[in-house]
Amino acid sequence: MDKIETNKQYQDYVDKKTPNSPIIKNCFNAFWVGGLICSIGQLILDVCKFRGFDTEVSGTISSIILIGISAFLTGLNLFNKIGKFAGAGSIVPITGFSNSIVSPAMEYKSEGYVMGVGSKMFTVAGPVLVFGISASIIVGIIYLIFNTQSITLV
Amino acid sequence: MNEFFSSLNIMDYVWCFIVGGLICVIGQILIDKTKITSARILVLFVTLGAILGGLGIYQYIVDFAGAGATVPITGFGYNLAKGAIKGVNELGLVGAFTGGVKAAAGGIAAAVFFGYVASLISKPKMKKQ
Repeated sequence: MDKIETNKQYQDYVDKKTPNSPIIKNCFNAFWVGGLICSIGQLILDVCKFRGFDTEVSGTISSIILIGISAFLTGLNLFNKIGKFAGAGSIVPITGFSNSIVSPAMEYKSEGYVMGVGSKMFTVAGPVLVFGISASIIVGIIYLIFNTQSITLV
Repeated sequence: MNEFFSSLNIMDYVWCFIVGGLICVIGQILIDKTKITSARILVLFVTLGAILGGLGIYQYIVDFAGAGATVPITGFGYNLAKGAIKGVNELGLVGAFTGGVKAAAGGIAAAVFFGYVASLISKPKMKKQ
């Protein structure tokens, strides 16, 4: 490879490399890995339903299992291999939420178990919870105001 | 065990796979085509899920695709919104605050607990990636 000297050349080099970073291939991998993770979730859901849990509890159980599995896979440095291959296919499912908790926590382990692991866990999960919970409260309040109207939801 | 497998509907899995996969593809396109980081994707998707859940649209996707809609992080947002609405129906204004987290409590608690434990037992990160 030629030595890259100026920023311009470097930018050209990057442009040449990145745009045809195979988006089709990335999407394909994201599609089947994401689909597979969801199907595993569906299988756990069906097992729970078969065992006599109701839909809501079954959903919770399958989330807990998927979260648990991906947390430990991240801890064992296996999840980032899947992530590198599947991209959004492993980030967008609930497994990515769990991964986003464990991976910063691992990095800051040296800063201690309270302010290192305990606080850095929420680097990504914190914003997710802030926005998710806030949005749900707003949805609840809007529903409270309008629930006599025709916007009967869910 | 056979009884269980015969109770499965193969089409549930086909749609679950397709819809779950497509939601991930949307995320992948956003990552590849824009400068949005994966952390922002998670935030965006959870908010979107809550809004679509609130509008009642996401419920159709869930009815149709099952875990294909609930396992992606949008399903987490949907679950929060659904819980908030259920809470409002049961308790009024307080329910808007308690309902969402109550519905998602299992997931949140599992993420905190397993996340912490997994971090504790994790091997230190390899230098070479």
